[in-house]
Amino acid sequence: MGLEFLPHFIHLDDMKQISGWGNYPKQLAYEESFDTIQKLSTILGHGKSQVVRGNARSYGDSAIGKRAISTLNYNRMLSFDTQKGVIKCEAGVLFSDILEVTVTKGWFLPVTPGTKFITVGGAIASDVHGKNHHKEGSFSNHLIAFEILSGDGKIRTCGKDLNRDLFDATCGGMGLTGIILNATFKLKPIESAYITQRQIKAKNLDEIIDLFEKYESYTYSMAWIDCLKGGKGFGRSILICGEHSKLTELNSRQRQQPFHFKPKTKLVIPFNFPSFALNKLSIQSFNALFYAKNFKKEINSIVPYEPFFYPLDSILSWNRMYGKVGFVQYQFVLPKASGKEGLIEILDKIRRKGMGSFLAVLKAFGKQDDLISFPMEGLTLALDFPIKKGLLEFLDELDSIVLNYNGRIYLTKDARMQSEVFKTSYAGFDKWVNIIKKYNPNYQFASDQSYRLNIT
Amino acid sequence: MGDKHVLILGATSDIGKALAHAYAKDKYKITLAARSIDSLSPISSDLQIKFEVSVEVLEFDALDYQSHQETTNSMRQVPDVAVCVFGYLGDQEKAQGNWAHAKEIMEVNYLGAASILEALAKKMTAEKKGVIVGISSVAGDRGRQSNYFYGSSKAAFTSYLSGLRNRLFKEKIHVLTVKPGFVKTKMTEGLDLPPLLTASPARVASAIKSAVEKRKNSIYVLPVWRLVMFVIRCIPESIFKRLKL
Repeated sequence: MGLEFLPHFIHLDDMKQISGWGNYPKQLAYEESFDTIQKLSTILGHGKSQVVRGNARSYGDSAIGKRAISTLNYNRMLSFDTQKGVIKCEAGVLFSDILEVTVTKGWFLPVTPGTKFITVGGAIASDVHGKNHHKEGSFSNHLIAFEILSGDGKIRTCGKDLNRDLFDATCGGMGLTGIILNATFKLKPIESAYITQRQIKAKNLDEIIDLFEKYESYTYSMAWIDCLKGGKGFGRSILICGEHSKLTELNSRQRQQPFHFKPKTKLVIPFNFPSFALNKLSIQSFNALFYAKNFKKEINSIVPYEPFFYPLDSILSWNRMYGKVGFVQYQFVLPKASGKEGLIEILDKIRRKGMGSFLAVLKAFGKQDDLISFPMEGLTLALDFPIKKGLLEFLDELDSIVLNYNGRIYLTKDARMQSEVFKTSYAGFDKWVNIIKKYNPNYQFASDQSYRLNIT
Repeated sequence: MGDKHVLILGATSDIGKALAHAYAKDKYKITLAARSIDSLSPISSDLQIKFEVSVEVLEFDALDYQSHQETTNSMRQVPDVAVCVFGYLGDQEKAQGNWAHAKEIMEVNYLGAASILEALAKKMTAEKKGVIVGISSVAGDRGRQSNYFYGSSKAAFTSYLSGLRNRLFKEKIHVLTVKPGFVKTKMTEGLDLPPLLTASPARVASAIKSAVEKRKNSIYVLPVWRLVMFVIRCIPESIFKRLKL
């Protein structure tokens, strides 16, 4: 009998495999965490580059590297003004933690992506957007200030009037200026934890694009789009709009406790599906079912905020559906003027190739012109592609269409873009890189993505 | 009946933080004690925002024995539950060549803990109520070459707790000994711990809270450790001394 399992406290074997949410690519990494600035200073540096990692919900390689610093233990809420709706918290606090505290007090996140399992630091580094982008912009729009320890070893407070260059290069800056320590931002007032939702079926692409314009006064909107359907039904989709429900819209039972609803039990996908589980046939059937579920042209309902904002969070580890080889999420935006034309070209190409996506989300962005943030006025589409032979070449072909239409690709989802594509499509690239050089001169902070894209 | 009150000695540790969460969830008043008041401040604001409980912070140095009685006197209220969480793993190899380091390991884990608990026991005896929880270690169940300074100080602490329990029984004060086994904390970060034998700090906290409520005397957080340590204690010394443990 081996005695290896018996207690021996000191045994150093510290590398572990890490990846983003797409499980592609993977990296063998040495990961450390901190809960005080003193501890952070002891694990920083030693002359080697490190990647800052939050809850690892970015899809590709932006939060992976051989040496990682996890912010997950630096996760305390520092202040919450329930009158003004201003919250200050450390970078490792999750959006889900914030919602748990603030919703019952009548405050909601100003912007949230499709998962609540992201950190505040990650929200800034990705400058996340949500269903309300066309009305309320991205997360950085609601930031009052943040503190950052940059690559030069100094801690600075940044805001729109304070260290502006560092602020601009950090919002959407993928963690390359430094490690965000804490952030102060404004929440939005709500009367209830419910959403008044309107779902409208669109027969084809023309109709859905018109619907986005017609319903642009809604605070929240996005659409599920079926990428595999050709012919007359090409681009058939379901537009989902919503507003935070007012007390007067609730029924008497909901009104008694407007901020409480019964949480649904969560499904867990405990293991990776075999990679043949998702194929053209299964995706087509899924999409047909999903579309058929909305049998009426329009459905109005009042739903808790969780299924409205976070439909996939109720299936924990849904990324395992794509098997252990993983998947790439491809999200691009095309400027408003040429958006529709470009979308048709790309959707058509995907449909012909049958490379299909389990989920395709279409959304209209409002105006935004920040240094390195992803959103710009136009249409954005996000699709999942399971990793398989020929995929990377195919995505390169899609990239060139995106470039033709002056669009760009979301770094938070990216795992494979060529660095030339990135440089050409982000107008602020040179300026951004210069600011990174100023504050992170020795590339103390770098990621597998920043190496791949020749940023650091 | 006023609010229940818990004192956590070593509140910046991961188990300390998890305990504070577990008790705050139950609306206990919380007193956090640690060497550095500064590092307690974010923990304290976090608890107040998340759980809307009152939180006090207390400067406490395990090795400053003189101050311990004063520390306990400074508390406005004798705690219903006092948990001694702090500990110091140290570095066994370094300690073998460096007596100051060896001494520090043994002092923090045994003398520091015994000193503050004596002071608390005195206060609790006066009020005839309270529960004292000492976090000891499975490493104290048998000395091994890989960590005998840490292990022997925890063995002494385990003995101390059992004696204290015996003495305070008639005063209606309960003493609980906790042997957590492997815990995924910053103290063990970077160590490759076997998952089946490793508990999360939250698991340790909930085990402690429930053992306090059930007036248990001594617990292993994961039951499998009772078996593991039984086997280890059964190995004859003539064989044990030859093992690489």
